[in-house]
Amino acid sequence: MEQLTTIGINHYLTISAFLLGFGLFAVMTRKNAIVILMGVELILNAANINFLAFSKFNGGMGGVMFSLFVIVLAAAEAAIALAIVINIFKLFKSVDVSSIDSMKE
Amino acid sequence: MSNPAYTVIFYLFAAITVFSAAFVVFSRNVIYSAFSLLFTFFGAAALYVFLSADFIAVTQVVVYVGGILVLLLFGVMFTNSIMQTDLKTDVLNMIPGTVLLVGIIGAILYTFYSTHSWMPSSTMLQGSIVERIGFETMSGYVLPFEMASILLLAALIGAAFLARFDKPGNNEK
Repeated sequence: MEQLTTIGINHYLTISAFLLGFGLFAVMTRKNAIVILMGVELILNAANINFLAFSKFNGGMGGVMFSLFVIVLAAAEAAIALAIVINIFKLFKSVDVSSIDSMKE
Repeated sequence: MSNPAYTVIFYLFAAITVFSAAFVVFSRNVIYSAFSLLFTFFGAAALYVFLSADFIAVTQVVVYVGGILVLLLFGVMFTNSIMQTDLKTDVLNMIPGTVLLVGIIGAILYTFYSTHSWMPSSTMLQGSIVERIGFETMSGYVLPFEMASILLLAALIGAAFLARFDKPGNNEK
């Protein structure tokens, strides 16, 4: 009971583990490329929660700065990935990743 | 830390984050997934506030909710014609995916809760850290900061190049 009511580092790591698992599940099982991107964003958020939790309980600033750069990279990644998805849609008329079978127009 | 209101609010935001993340993954409708992702991002931002990273929380709301989520919604709208009523997505690899989901979560939680407890530092982060982020960005992390600006410029040009509509090669359509 003491462990449940006092919010420690394990609580944050548990939430992050759930987000990581759900993100991996989305990447693994979904056919729609957009939902796969959402899974990647969930994984990045899980990593961010871990970084900030360790940074908070360690007292340093390394995790905070790293999570800031993770957010920057996630924005760039989402923009590029959606450009690629829109290109795939123009070529194949669908975003079903299991039906995309050629790399050349 | 053991203040009851603090604990209750923490569990509320934790539940919002985890359950909306589960809805993102298990919902068959892409639009529902996208809007559920909104709640996941807000819940994660609230957890960042609990971790005394208020600047990261604001950045999360601005960049993720204001930028990435809008991009994802644009992607959904672009790649499904509005008249087409089924925005559903199929699934594949259901058995390996479930094994991976249960295995990863179970293994990580077993490792956390079966080993000895963490030893937190005596000087945890307290209060607002905006000022310290400013000092760190301009001293120890100035090279990654500048490289991030170059990367964002490259991503901007690359995304605009990849997604343009009028290719010189397919003018015959």
